[in-house]
Amino acid sequence: MKKEEYYILDYCTIKNHSIFKNGNLIYSDTESETLKGFAKSIYKFLGLSYPKFHKMDNLCKLGFLASEVLIKDNVKLDEDTALVLSNKASSLDTDRKHQESIQDREDFFPSPAVFVYTLPNIIMGEISIKNKLKSENAFFISEEFDTELMYTYSKILLNTEKASSVICGWVDLDTNKYDVFLAFLSKKGKIKLTKEELNKLYNQ
Amino acid sequence: MAELREELKEKIIEQLSLEDVEVSEIGDDDSLFGDGLGLDSIDALELIVLLEKDYGIKLKDPKEGKAIFESIGVMADYIAKNRTK
Repeated sequence: MKKEEYYILDYCTIKNHSIFKNGNLIYSDTESETLKGFAKSIYKFLGLSYPKFHKMDNLCKLGFLASEVLIKDNVKLDEDTALVLSNKASSLDTDRKHQESIQDREDFFPSPAVFVYTLPNIIMGEISIKNKLKSENAFFISEEFDTELMYTYSKILLNTEKASSVICGWVDLDTNKYDVFLAFLSKKGKIKLTKEELNKLYNQ
Repeated sequence: MAELREELKEKIIEQLSLEDVEVSEIGDDDSLFGDGLGLDSIDALELIVLLEKDYGIKLKDPKEGKAIFESIGVMADYIAKNRTK
C-alpha cells in the first residue's frame, strides 16, 4: 500500500442559487424560479453542449454540473478517477414523482425516463459516461456529510492504487432544497488532503 | 395526417426532453433513432407509454416498436390506423 501525500486540487459548492469554485463565487442566478431553470442557466453559463443533460433528473443535473465546474479549466479526467459520493435524501425527489405516476390504478402510466433516476448512484453513471471513466464508484447515504467516511474511503482507493484521483462529496436534494459539494483529490494541489480540511471546505 | 405529424413532433420534444430541438428541425422521414434524432432505449420505452396514454394503443410486443418508431411519418400512419382515442 502506497503512503503518498494527496491534495485537494479543486472543490465546488452549489448552494443558495450560486456556484463557488475553490471558495470563489463564479456564478449566481436569482432569477430562475425553479431548480430546473437554475440548472439550465448553469448549463448555459458553462457553455455545455450535451443533450443528455436535459433528460437527467434534478439530482443528477446538480451532481453533473458540479463535476463540470470542478474539471473546468483543468486537465481531462483520467479514466481511473474514482467517484465517491453521498447524500441524505437518496433519490427521494424523483422517487416521489414516480410514486405519483403509479398512485392511480385507473391512470397508471409510469414513465421509464423518470424510473431510471430512482437510484442516487445514477449521478455517478452520468459523470462516468460523460468523462469516459472506467473506475471505482460508491454512493453512501448518511444523515449528514460524513467527512471521516469520505476521507477514509477515498484515501484507501488512492493508497491501494485503485484510483489515480478521486472526486468525492455530497450531492443532496429534497423538495427544491439542495446542497452540493464536490472535491477533486489528486497527487497535485495546494491544499493537503486531511479530514479537517475536507470538513472545513464543506462547511465554508 | 399533417396535423398528427406536427402533434407527434411536439409531444416527442416535450416527453423526451429534447430541449435543443425545434419542431421544424424534425423531418417526417427522419430516423428517430441512430443518426437521426439520436433517441435511445429509454426513449423507445417512453414512446411506447406515449402511444398507450395518448392514443390508446397498447403494443403487445415491445419489439414491434422498432418498425413503428422508424420515423414520424411511419408512426403517424400507425397511430391513424390503430388509435382508440
